[in-house]
Amino acid sequence: MSEATPATVAIGAKPMGRAWLWWGALLLLALVLPWMFYDWTTGRHSGFMISMLSQAGMMVIFALSYNMLMGQAGLLSFCHAVFFGMGGYTVIHLLSSIGAGDIGIPMEVVPLFGGLAGLGMAIVFGYMATKQRATAFAMITMGIGELLATASVMFHHFFGGEGGITTDRMIDRSLFGLTYAQGIQVYYLIIGWTVISVVGMYFLTQTPLGRMANACRDNFERAQFVGYDPKIVRFVQFALSGLFAGIGGGLYAITYEIVTFDAMAGPLSANALLMAYIGGTTVFAGPILGAVLITVLQSGVSLLSNSWLVYVGVLFITMVTFVPTGLAGIVVAHGPIHKAGQLGRLTVPYLRLLVPGVALLLGFIGLVELLSFLTIGAAQGKKLSLFGAAIDVNAFQPWAIVAVCVLGGAGWLRIESKAFNRVWEQVTADVKARELLR
Amino acid sequence: MEIVVGSLLNGLVYGMLLFMLASGLTLIFSMMGVLNFAHASIYMLGAYFAYEISRWVGFVPALILAPILCGAIGAAIEIWGLRRVHHNGHIAELLFTFGLVFIIQRGLQMIWGMLPMPYRVPPALDFALFTMYGANFPAYRGFMLLVSAGMLLAIYLLLKKTRIGLIIQAALTHPNMVSALGHNVPVVFTTVFAGGCLLAGLAGVIGGNYLTTESSMADAMGPIVFVVVVFGGLGSLGGCFVASIIMGMIQTFAVVFDYTLGDLLVPLGVSVGGDNLLGEILTVPMARIGPLLPYAMMILMLLFRPRGLLGTRDT
Repeated sequence: MSEATPATVAIGAKPMGRAWLWWGALLLLALVLPWMFYDWTTGRHSGFMISMLSQAGMMVIFALSYNMLMGQAGLLSFCHAVFFGMGGYTVIHLLSSIGAGDIGIPMEVVPLFGGLAGLGMAIVFGYMATKQRATAFAMITMGIGELLATASVMFHHFFGGEGGITTDRMIDRSLFGLTYAQGIQVYYLIIGWTVISVVGMYFLTQTPLGRMANACRDNFERAQFVGYDPKIVRFVQFALSGLFAGIGGGLYAITYEIVTFDAMAGPLSANALLMAYIGGTTVFAGPILGAVLITVLQSGVSLLSNSWLVYVGVLFITMVTFVPTGLAGIVVAHGPIHKAGQLGRLTVPYLRLLVPGVALLLGFIGLVELLSFLTIGAAQGKKLSLFGAAIDVNAFQPWAIVAVCVLGGAGWLRIESKAFNRVWEQVTADVKARELLR
Repeated sequence: MEIVVGSLLNGLVYGMLLFMLASGLTLIFSMMGVLNFAHASIYMLGAYFAYEISRWVGFVPALILAPILCGAIGAAIEIWGLRRVHHNGHIAELLFTFGLVFIIQRGLQMIWGMLPMPYRVPPALDFALFTMYGANFPAYRGFMLLVSAGMLLAIYLLLKKTRIGLIIQAALTHPNMVSALGHNVPVVFTTVFAGGCLLAGLAGVIGGNYLTTESSMADAMGPIVFVVVVFGGLGSLGGCFVASIIMGMIQTFAVVFDYTLGDLLVPLGVSVGGDNLLGEILTVPMARIGPLLPYAMMILMLLFRPRGLLGTRDT
């Protein structure tokens, strides 16, 4: 799209060509990334990177399918892990049957059956839950989530109790002659299904169903007057999101070869919510950002720190309070300003925000680490070292530094953010005025 | 018979504990529309505070101070947290309290560690109140019943006999009308939120040593309390009370009955067994199905009677 018609460029309706370029680059990065950590001397992949990337891939599907409910249909679900877990359990049983020679299905198609299991579950429970909306919907889904998480520990036959069930993914059936003995092959299988799912979910947003889901989210009474039944729209949307979650669960089962009730329980449903919300529910790509970020935090930071959940919690509350549109929402908000060529005016205010922001962040990290070391870390008999230096937690000095950082940073950030808001409002007002003049 | 009487008493104790938690949540939810996910976390805070205070100055001060601390924390959450996100709608408020759950849980673990706290029944209450069919009834359970009955009476008097109670009651069913009549609804909100958290803290103080004080106690209690609120119905403390007692009874009675679904079929001449999925469903004893029942009941209630037992409006 040329510069001649900027007025028609609304948020979300990006120039098609450029958007495809970005998606292509992202896919290329996903394909190449494992080879950047390849150890050429021993000829081995980094196991940590492969497993983190695989996890990120399935979480992208999971978070996006969650956003079909939360972002696109305005439904807050607390049972999304049920469909993920159901897909996982089904694929484990399927792999065992294929391995035993009962059924012959190639590995590449197996995740689809996880998806079908998710779809089936979502049809059954969606029928109940989608009769209601808003808070009642949230509560029904919470009941469903707790119900199935409890049931999965109770019935050993299908769910294997607390130990879960295991299988062997080397079923020796593949469309391409692959054995899936190595993690990298599974990773590319995950990438393949992630691409299929992302494309599928993107095109769903463009269908009348996707549009009506938006309409029912924004004003369900009006959607009713237009002649659509919001219940049916909610139901179909719910069922389809269960399908994609099930595919994610199937990939989970193939990767880890074990599924326990964790794959079904509340914390994973909560994770879906965190990923989608932190990434940004208003933009299609937002949950992808959130899923990758949370996965990296989960596998990277949890190695370094005991208290990564505190960071995630604080990040989440900060987003809810100050940036309800999520990280992707921040990026999109800069779109019109960038178009108008005014982005340069924000550089200095951003830099001024950076200094107190970093001080506050480091101070907060220091505080959390010091506190958690007093109890949890000390019990594990570790030595605390922050930012590369050994620190004595019982001394006065580190606490004083941390306190100054947190309090000073917070106060300064308050002042700076007020100044930033003034500049921001001025810039957006200018951009709007320029658009009106054209 | 002794099983029935014993379970009745235990169910009553547990039900009253549930009511103490759920009454605050019902008030908050019905008035403000905020589904407070952090309510059980406040209950957990109450237990930890009570443990820490009773270690230094004794149980009686803890019984008074810990709930007040929890109430103050509740007020702080409402003033500095919920009011900020209020303009983004109820879902934002819900999400805010949802984030608090993580922070409170990990924060507690950071300060007190991962292990369960040795928070015990005070020695002065650690004796058998009476003996029934050869089993002792601990005095502490009697004390719990006493405290919760006192709380019930206090709430009743506060709501029915005072002016604040009148406004709160009106705001329960007609929040917009109350603000139109010139009452300062935000202050009422803060009061109710703090009051609800105070009750949750009190439940933590007396429940923490009856059950176990550990960092997973909020996860164990949270969903059940939601079930009670939904089951009892919005805007109705009476419904909340009935639902609490029902849930308490279900939880205790399900444990003692060792029947299975398959046993129901025996009079029909059908005997089940065998190592398959259906056989397993039919032969799981009641005691293990027990934890499922509250959720199943909640889902059924929301489907067929969204306003709950005695609720005044739909959820």
